[in-house]
Amino acid sequence: MADDNTRRSERGIARLTTDALARAVTDELADWERTELAAFTARRPETRESYLSGSGLPVRRVYTPADLPADWSDIGLPGRYPFTRGPYPTMYRGRTWTMRQIAGFGQAEETNQRFRYLIAQGQTGLSVDFDMPTLMGLDSDDAMSLGEVGREGVAIDVLPDMEALFESINLEDISVSMTINPSAWILLAMYVAVAERRGYDLNKLSGTIQNDILKEYVAQKEWIFPVRPSMRIVRDTIVYCSQHMARYNPVNISGYHISEAGANAQQEIAFTMAITKAYVEDVVATGVDVDAFAPRLSFFFVSQADIFEEVAKFRAVRRYYAKMMREHFGARSPESMRLRFHAQTAAATLTKPQPMNNIIRTALQALSAVLGGAQSLHTNGLDEAYTIPSEQAMKIALRTQQILADETGVTSVIDPLGGSYYVENLTCELERGIDDHMRKIEELGGVEAAIEQGFFQREISDTAYDFARRKANGDRPVVGVNKYIDEGEPEKIETHQLDPASEARQIARLEQIRADRAPDRATAALEQLLAVAKDDSANLMPATIEAVKAHLSMGEITGALREVFGSYTETPVF
Amino acid sequence: MTAVQEETVAEPIRVMLAKIGLDGHDRGVKVVARTLRDAGMEVVYTGLHRRPEQVVEAAVQEDVDILGISLLSGAHMPIFTRLFDLLAQLDEPHRFAIVAGGVMPDEDETELKQMGVGAVLGQDSTPESIVAEIRSLAGR
Repeated sequence: MADDNTRRSERGIARLTTDALARAVTDELADWERTELAAFTARRPETRESYLSGSGLPVRRVYTPADLPADWSDIGLPGRYPFTRGPYPTMYRGRTWTMRQIAGFGQAEETNQRFRYLIAQGQTGLSVDFDMPTLMGLDSDDAMSLGEVGREGVAIDVLPDMEALFESINLEDISVSMTINPSAWILLAMYVAVAERRGYDLNKLSGTIQNDILKEYVAQKEWIFPVRPSMRIVRDTIVYCSQHMARYNPVNISGYHISEAGANAQQEIAFTMAITKAYVEDVVATGVDVDAFAPRLSFFFVSQADIFEEVAKFRAVRRYYAKMMREHFGARSPESMRLRFHAQTAAATLTKPQPMNNIIRTALQALSAVLGGAQSLHTNGLDEAYTIPSEQAMKIALRTQQILADETGVTSVIDPLGGSYYVENLTCELERGIDDHMRKIEELGGVEAAIEQGFFQREISDTAYDFARRKANGDRPVVGVNKYIDEGEPEKIETHQLDPASEARQIARLEQIRADRAPDRATAALEQLLAVAKDDSANLMPATIEAVKAHLSMGEITGALREVFGSYTETPVF
Repeated sequence: MTAVQEETVAEPIRVMLAKIGLDGHDRGVKVVARTLRDAGMEVVYTGLHRRPEQVVEAAVQEDVDILGISLLSGAHMPIFTRLFDLLAQLDEPHRFAIVAGGVMPDEDETELKQMGVGAVLGQDSTPESIVAEIRSLAGR
């Protein structure tokens, strides 16, 4: 590290540590290890042979000024390149993060009720969870939709469902995030159609569609078409939004699912940056200026259990992104270089035994997200390991955020861990780790080639397996599961109960809408959509907006387009 | 256990692991696949998005001892109901044991076992307990 310091300081950039201090500290550390530490550990050894971060990086006993990065310019100030400390100059002093609890189940009307409940509880943004058929672009009456309609999220088949979803909610006043991927462009088309019908100004709508198709092939496994046409759809939405929806985020590039599928913090941010690079290259290749769309790119990361590593992770990925956008893509606008992200606490860390403990886990993970400078946050319900959250569980999760924001003082000072010897050092290590992974992916031929070779899938599966082994042998303690286990009857909690009649109601409504629509308009819209799909240089969005207005269903749209684009099947690796 | 299987006790246990429906959560099923493979079993994993009919047919063709179904979508009750309907139509409805894995409420676990599921594995099942459950269900 000292050598690194010397090398960098030769470039004459503002140094954080003088060489003299670094040398003195290194000498003192060596002396301390020989004396105090040696004497102490002789009497009482440390509890473990080696100490690792959540992602498996070795961590040292204590960090010193000798471990700081050499350059002040790598840390800097919030709202200024390289944005290590945050995307904005005031951060939570100007506005606390958006408290955005995801919700969705049953029919649109039921989810609309939950939205209104959450708004009444002080939630400041909406986030929609869709059911599996909607996520996969299928209709509620498709054979593959058996048992899934309205189960894990809300069922949306046709435009009137979308109208019901946002009934009595002013979309110019609240931002709406939609967790939707291969079928995202259809949901965006429905959103536009709802907004137009209500007379909203599209340029005033703020919100996000996840629309991050590459991480689907890598981790979450929701897809319709093969990689190439799917990338074209993502490109079309980015281009459409850059022209019509000035405040809308057309893609939310997501490490969250990569992590939940088993990846560690290092892999999460590295794979996310590789995917980001692929999208940006694709859009730039169509001739759109990078500064015309990059400011609307948004991100989504998990907030895991290792508090300091998570904070370092958020800082590292902000810095890496800023450098990549400026140095690799030649962005000139600072807004193209600042990474804004939504965070969600880590669902996979929550346990079924002793479910109340999940409140504590979630609170600590939320603290990491806030110390790391998240722009919006979802905190998981304590019943996550059981089913979709109950109203009570969501209220406690929201209150967790409100307590953090209003009672702990964490909103007063920006990047309070900035300058910590440990966190700064870990930030640098994680940033370097992104670079190492990026090189490996480039060598494989880029993200698409790496997906085809199963590279990401294998890496994730290896890490997940290793984690499972370490959890089993007690190396990764999980309270209530492999430590402090309760004997006897498990704690009972109230869980959300799905209305069993919801599925049948949804299918009946879909059939009714198909019967009531103007058949000529629907046929013409579908023909137009297919014609546009065959022309790779055309944008799918306008024809899709007309298709949903003509009350074509999601499954009809994707079904017809499969004829043009084909389907995707994964060769699994484990 | 039939007499034939007892005689071929040295044969590895054959397991098919399957994902049915639209659920894409495959972290757990892959960990189980590797755990069983490392324990010396022969493991076939169907991959994602299978229909119940495809899975039953494949399990018969592969002549497995165990059929494990992983579901984290919450659709386990309707899907297992359909699966057991299909199994009941086979010449030998009990030719392999059925195991469920995923996120399921306790009352559903009880109901699944009444339906005929031999074991329910969750995110907190240890690799050792999974191997032991499968061995005991396979009778070797």
